[in-house]
Amino acid sequence: MRISKKVSLVVLMMFMLSILAIGCGDTSSTGDGEKDKAGVSDKADVIKVGINAELTGAVASYGTNARDGALLAIEHINAEGGVLGQELKAIVRDCKSIPDEAMSVSASLADEGIVAQIGPLTSGNVAGSTPMVMENQIPLIAPAATADDITLERDGSAKDFIFRVCYSDSFQGKIMADFAADNLGVKNVAIYKDASSDYAQGLADYFTETFTAKGGKIIIEEGFVKGDRDFRGTLTKIRGADPDFIYIPGYYEEVAPLIKQARELGIKAPLGGPDGWDSPDLVGVVGADNLNETYFTNHYSIEDENPKVIDFVERYREKYNKDPDAFAALGYDAVLLLARGIEDAGEVDPVKIQQALEKVTNFEGVTGTMDIDKQHNPVKGVVIIESIDGKQTMNTRIQP
Amino acid sequence: MLELMQQIINGLSLGAIYALIALGYTMVYGIIKLINFAHGEVMMVGAYVGFFSISVFGSHIIVAMIFAMLACGILGVIIEKIAYRPLRGATRIAALITAIGVSLFLQYTTVFFLTPQQRIFPQAAFTSQEYIIAGLSISNKDIFIFICAVTLMTILQYIIRRTKTGKAMRAVSLDRDAAVLMGISVDRTISITFAIGSSLAAAAGIMVGIYYSTINPLMGIIPGLKAFVAAVLGGIGIVPGAMVGGFLIGILETLVSGYGNSLYRDAVVFGVLIVILLVKPTGMFGKNDSEKV
Amino acid sequence: MKVLENKISQFIIKVLILSAIFTLVQYMLIAGHLSRFHEITLTSMCINIVLAVSLNLINGFTGQLSLGHAGFMAVGAYVSVVITNFYELPFIVGLLGGCLGAAIAGFIIGVPTLRLKGDYLAIATLGFGEIIRVLLQNINYVGGPAGISGIVKQTNWLWLFGSVVLTIIIIQNIVNSSYGRAIISVREDEIAAEVMGVNTTNYKVLAFVIGAMFAGLAGGLYGHYFYIIKPETFNFLKSFDILVMVVLGGLGSTTGAVIAAIFITILTAALQAFPAVRMIIYALILILIMIYRPQGLMGTKELSSRTFGKIWSGRK
Repeated sequence: MRISKKVSLVVLMMFMLSILAIGCGDTSSTGDGEKDKAGVSDKADVIKVGINAELTGAVASYGTNARDGALLAIEHINAEGGVLGQELKAIVRDCKSIPDEAMSVSASLADEGIVAQIGPLTSGNVAGSTPMVMENQIPLIAPAATADDITLERDGSAKDFIFRVCYSDSFQGKIMADFAADNLGVKNVAIYKDASSDYAQGLADYFTETFTAKGGKIIIEEGFVKGDRDFRGTLTKIRGADPDFIYIPGYYEEVAPLIKQARELGIKAPLGGPDGWDSPDLVGVVGADNLNETYFTNHYSIEDENPKVIDFVERYREKYNKDPDAFAALGYDAVLLLARGIEDAGEVDPVKIQQALEKVTNFEGVTGTMDIDKQHNPVKGVVIIESIDGKQTMNTRIQP
Repeated sequence: MLELMQQIINGLSLGAIYALIALGYTMVYGIIKLINFAHGEVMMVGAYVGFFSISVFGSHIIVAMIFAMLACGILGVIIEKIAYRPLRGATRIAALITAIGVSLFLQYTTVFFLTPQQRIFPQAAFTSQEYIIAGLSISNKDIFIFICAVTLMTILQYIIRRTKTGKAMRAVSLDRDAAVLMGISVDRTISITFAIGSSLAAAAGIMVGIYYSTINPLMGIIPGLKAFVAAVLGGIGIVPGAMVGGFLIGILETLVSGYGNSLYRDAVVFGVLIVILLVKPTGMFGKNDSEKV
Repeated sequence: MKVLENKISQFIIKVLILSAIFTLVQYMLIAGHLSRFHEITLTSMCINIVLAVSLNLINGFTGQLSLGHAGFMAVGAYVSVVITNFYELPFIVGLLGGCLGAAIAGFIIGVPTLRLKGDYLAIATLGFGEIIRVLLQNINYVGGPAGISGIVKQTNWLWLFGSVVLTIIIIQNIVNSSYGRAIISVREDEIAAEVMGVNTTNYKVLAFVIGAMFAGLAGGLYGHYFYIIKPETFNFLKSFDILVMVVLGGLGSTTGAVIAAIFITILTAALQAFPAVRMIIYALILILIMIYRPQGLMGTKELSSRTFGKIWSGRK
């Protein structure tokens, strides 16, 4: 017993030390935090940007993509001369997919002197950060938080320092409902949502509101939870209800196997979803055939001919060896928007940046050209992507 | 009626996977009375080993499965030696916490080295084929998983019932001190138990990869918990119990989603757990162990 | 020293030390010596102390392994937030409501599950914790998966400190009373206790309910500081975090629970700058501590005035 304990002790300590060595020695552009303090020679030469993202925990896969997109943007901007002649420096912290940790991270980032915070990804964690950024008067740009109330106070006015570059749930849910009712002409719809996600819940609610107002019916509403991979039980039930269309608000990790199983079970109805579907994995998992007759609302298409998009996709591929998903693109745009805000403001002052952000018009990001409206939300077009033989094609483009 | 049959078929392949994982839980608990929380993560590692084996080395699916099973068998033995053996004499809580610690360690290390992103199991490894038999949709994947699982379980039963190692395992489960007196190497037997249990989990991991096409570092948590419920349902420490329990939980889950409310599906599974524990804690196949004062 | 053995002077000294700590921290907060980050860490620390001490009553003193403590915290958080934010009642009412709600949950869950032993009890409590989370996720009145956001901040150092002191005092008093002795007897040898006429089920439920109640208090404090509560936050991992603190400190030592709670909170905050490795280090430390010192830091010993007195005069 004694020998065993000593052996374990030694092995585990060695492991710990090597992990520490790897983790702390990694000062590449993933920006593992505070080692910068010693390395920064002249504070005035860098603009510190805080990245508060979910790097571990339930939504880590999406949070890391958003962080990667943001870091790519920072690299890109620095390569082209930075902003106002200064380089952007990322300070990346992990909020563990928990709101109280998000608040703590915001506070420590503020202590480090950031001028703005990018992220977190989910609405709940953005809410957690909100009191800190409001108090410290630091603008927060949320890449992908879609709950309507993250930028709005209870009385309807905008929260001063919170902005986002993505759609709000009310907007996206409505667009798909319109599309289903008007373009596809369906009447009886099933909703199969991610019941563990506020994103999906919000979308389902707004979709229902708009769709029923147009005379349609939601004949069945079911739910899955994050982490599920087997949907056949519920899908069989939905198949029995014979809907004309199924709206599936959720993220691609669950949606991809879901669509596959739906098709395998013989469900031929068209399927629709939000930007959470957007991923290069979708085709890979579902299969080109199965993906026919699926539509999702998105900011852009990866096949878009827009040179900005092509450039972004290429850079992303080169740096990370894979294709970007919606979160990466939004993370990228969040930083780009920040850069625009700093330039418009003319100086590196968080309050001035916030004022500039409020007035941004015609910002050309990867995910679209947008204005920032009074509610600090982007006014930008939506594309409805249809998959035809595995290729993302633009079915409709809706301008604001 | 047709729909019910379909649901049951759906539930069987899910159940097969739970059963394989549950076996590992039950064997380990039977022999050292430890709930090996890290077992779900061993399944995850097995899936990843299979993934890399297929995508990097281009191996055939069966080869990948065997390789993953071997790798995880070794992993299981290592975990036992480093994390559980030193705690043989300590309190149950300490061992439990260590198990959870190992589970977290495996998760976070995988995230660290392999990123939290999911990986797509190469389709080429297993081309799927849908069959429609009498109106029921069955995939060749369903058949493959079912057959594999039953084969592995049969092999396991053989090992336990007909080999000397199996006899040693049963002896140590029943009465460790007596087993030592009989000359059985307890350490070796426990290591073998871990090895077998872990390799079964690895097989389950590969099946998850084939069936659901994606794997990610957090994939072991929920199936791990549910497989654990299955093991308890069947009678924790009883091998056939784990098999039956696994299939039952798989079918139950599918039926709840199909006929009940999918929103409460997880709550029902845990509810079943609690009901079992209250009504017959030793599980379906368990014998009532009265405590001698 | 003789003076330290006099009960009244012990009491006065304790009061003095507590007031000193309170005033010092309050001063540092007001004067701005503590940044917001420190304040958040301090808040988490106090909440964790309440959680650890309350769980210790169940796991440590009563010997019942409960893995669903986060569920009670959730109940407390939600009930208190609904009371203050939906019904506009004062904070104290909310907190008390949260405590009551959690206590009731503790009773409902405790009565059936406390008939189970050891590992089975652990799993049952784990299951209940998850059930609570799933239920909250599906109740639209409290926001479903989105939870409740925009909660007005009402928790401050006074409330936190008061809660910590109150929790420790009440639980220590219970432990040192006849109830406490009964509870400990259940841990030591349940059958012997039953034979001696101790109604073990009653005492187990009592400990469970009280532990749950304080978890509810912690939940209420949490909800009113961190602006948003959602079901996902109160999952098994949270229960596990609390369990780690209790075991690290030593099952059956309130002092240990306090020290461990402080240590773990500071550790996770300090490692924030290492996002990639923080959790791995955490898991490794866990395993190491369990292997090397499974009885925790304090075992079942407490830090008491008598111990101080002995240390002071250099006696063994």
